Amino acid sequence: MSETVTASESKDRSQQTQKRMIADHFEQLSRAKENGKKVVYTFVPGNVTELLGALDLLPVLPEINALQSGMRKKSAGYIAEAEKAGHSEDVCTYVKCDVGMLKSGNIGPTGTKLPPPDLLLLSYTGCFTFMKWFEILKQEYNCPVVMLHVPYQTEGHITPEMRDYVTAQLERDVIPALEKVAGKKLDRDALAHRMQLSAQAEEDLVAVWESARHRPAPIDGYFGGVYYVGPIFSSFRGSEDAVRYYRELREEVEQRVREGRGPMTPDGEMKEEKYRLVVEGPPNWTSFNDFWRMFSREGATVVSSTYTRVGGLYDRGFRHDYRRPLDSLADYCLGCYTNLGLPTRLDLLERYIRDYQADGFLINSVKSCNSFSVGQLLMLRKLEERTGVPGGFIESDLVDPRYFGKANIENRIQSFLQMLEARKRGGSSQPLPARTEGKRVLPVIKEGVMP
Amino acid sequence: MTDPALAPLERAQAIIEDRKLSTVARWKEAHPGGLAIGHMPIYAPRPLLEAIGCLPVGVFGGGDAIDIIRGDSYFQSYICHIPRSTVELALSGDLDVLDGVLFPSICDVIRNLGGMWRMLFPDTYATYVDLPQNFEADIGGKFYVLEMTRIARELQARGAKALDPAALREAIVRENERRAAIADLDALRRKEPWRVKASEAYTIVRVGAVLETAEHTRVVREFLAAAKERAARPIDNVRVVLVGSFCEQPPFELIRALEKSGCDIVDDDFQLGMRMIDGPIEIADGEDPLVALSRAYLEKGQDTASRYIGDLVKGAALLRRVKECQAEGVIFAAASFCDPALLDQPMVEAAMTKAGVPHTSFKFAENMGQFSVIREQAGAFSDAVKLWGAAS
Repeated sequence: MSETVTASESKDRSQQTQKRMIADHFEQLSRAKENGKKVVYTFVPGNVTELLGALDLLPVLPEINALQSGMRKKSAGYIAEAEKAGHSEDVCTYVKCDVGMLKSGNIGPTGTKLPPPDLLLLSYTGCFTFMKWFEILKQEYNCPVVMLHVPYQTEGHITPEMRDYVTAQLERDVIPALEKVAGKKLDRDALAHRMQLSAQAEEDLVAVWESARHRPAPIDGYFGGVYYVGPIFSSFRGSEDAVRYYRELREEVEQRVREGRGPMTPDGEMKEEKYRLVVEGPPNWTSFNDFWRMFSREGATVVSSTYTRVGGLYDRGFRHDYRRPLDSLADYCLGCYTNLGLPTRLDLLERYIRDYQADGFLINSVKSCNSFSVGQLLMLRKLEERTGVPGGFIESDLVDPRYFGKANIENRIQSFLQMLEARKRGGSSQPLPARTEGKRVLPVIKEGVMP
Repeated sequence: MTDPALAPLERAQAIIEDRKLSTVARWKEAHPGGLAIGHMPIYAPRPLLEAIGCLPVGVFGGGDAIDIIRGDSYFQSYICHIPRSTVELALSGDLDVLDGVLFPSICDVIRNLGGMWRMLFPDTYATYVDLPQNFEADIGGKFYVLEMTRIARELQARGAKALDPAALREAIVRENERRAAIADLDALRRKEPWRVKASEAYTIVRVGAVLETAEHTRVVREFLAAAKERAARPIDNVRVVLVGSFCEQPPFELIRALEKSGCDIVDDDFQLGMRMIDGPIEIADGEDPLVALSRAYLEKGQDTASRYIGDLVKGAALLRRVKECQAEGVIFAAASFCDPALLDQPMVEAAMTKAGVPHTSFKFAENMGQFSVIREQAGAFSDAVKLWGAAS
């Protein structure tokens, strides 16, 4: 292959690599039982994929299945199925989507049946619902569960007590449970090798994320970002495939920077970057492209996002370290975004707004996720106070289409972007009007409109 | 004849309804330098706080007694009610008497509320209490001991006494006396529910949230003695266990509405924190009382939705309670948008169905004012159980 590949060819290459990786993984899953492969279900935040890989165990991530079901327009039916079975309309729609998918035959994103778990690895990091989710699945599958309780980082730093607690569980509970399922002992060298591979991929992912500091940003760090984090957040961290993918992706992105090109969008390449945004909160998956277009068609690029950090805060310096494997795995689990106290999350958002020179920030508050959502209205106020950058607030859901009001959300986003435009014209030094207390102020966007 | 239990009940009710926490203020006046430390549901290690000279103060939101004006502006519509009324109380100055608040690990809402507290009230001590979900003594138990040590150390830096094992030992003894009194109250309620109604037991237990342990024990014992003297007659109600209300508390009137609908609530989880440790906290010879407190949580912590089930069977603990109480049915009463209760409920309901235990369910909010629908539902449930022995 020529060394002077074009950006689009390079992009195709990384996309194709990811597509092949996913297809291979689900192919392996579909044939797991006949091939004698053991399957472990686990979660994205705080997953210990390197351990699973070192023991030749195949991971399944129910959150990823749920979001894929949302994107494939399957989630409404699955959620209805779960609610019919008695699950409350008030609770997380990822859980209900997963339960509904299970009750509908457990057909995965690629159209093949997912194998039942041999073990549920409950990586309990940053989300209370995870615990209930796997209690529910335990009843459905009647299989063993191993809990990895990851303490919450209230103060914004990891204490030795927290780390020791996690490593003790890894050593005493998690690794033996995985070894029992795998039918063999953990090869510590294989684990170390995988952690080295993780660190390589993480290095390249950070370069991809930080490329958005350029103007124009060559990537969208939220809508595009969720594709970029897919492999490292899910089944592929610690694999040669992931290293290859992130190297290709980084090359592609760096080429876009050299060529001064904007990010790809559902409608092709963005030609003019008008607004640079930071987004807090997960995206809506049922209308993902519609949601993306609400930004991209207005020339708004999301230069950084917190959702893409739920699987690890690599841009704050963390790398898997093969020299201290269990401590490093513990630090990884402890450091995921939703495992951080609200003040730390606020600091991080402030940093993104400044580092990426954002014109505004937007909070997508999803009904399903209290871990993300509780406190976001206060974060909105505090961030505006600290940065002087205006914030917008919209509400939707992860995979329940009943909570995606397209017209309402689009109106709010347009109002928000119009306000940013007015600020640009009027000079951004004007202070933001104070947000009032005493009433619910969700549609806050109009408050910031400059005359 | 005057009801001899009326006076302690009215005193307790008045203390509970006092949003300004004047009982706590008086305690602080009587204990110069003493810290009043609030804690959200479900469970906080109250003996630890008492041992370091603090008054633990259970915070259960504003109930139906306050208008939410500012609190709502901090929470989306799909968040439960207790954080908004708690913030309302704090912003209104009603919690000014507190020197700090603990936010135990129960759910993401209470956890994040702790983070909000730190931002809203930066001068007030606020911390998360990460209760272990690993129940091995040298892993989860060790972590919990360190967690309690951290809290004691941080409070000492704010004026509390240093943690002294002897003081903790004494606090645990007092806690055990309280637990014994509550257990006696529960036993009487189960044996003669017409003598102690659920709403009354709730009042008498809940008032302990703002009292020193020894004082609360006296209140429970006083009420218990008075209740035994009551001229009460058996009523042919249906015996039920109510679960799901362990955090946000239902309005008093809701509990009374259930009682009027023909249900004797012979067990519930309204004030689960006070009963979280099932039985006395035992301190082995030569054992560090902090380790004993941790061990009690690991080994005797009640099965509830926010506690990992491990290898236990979902619903088995509730079935045991139903059997022990000779209950004829279960009422699932979860607060709206309560993740722990509502995620748990289908699993436990399935266990009840499998065991042939009649059950019904509804949701509530602490500030709801209309109970007729729930009363009718509970009435239909009790009639069905009474007539046919099954309802669901």
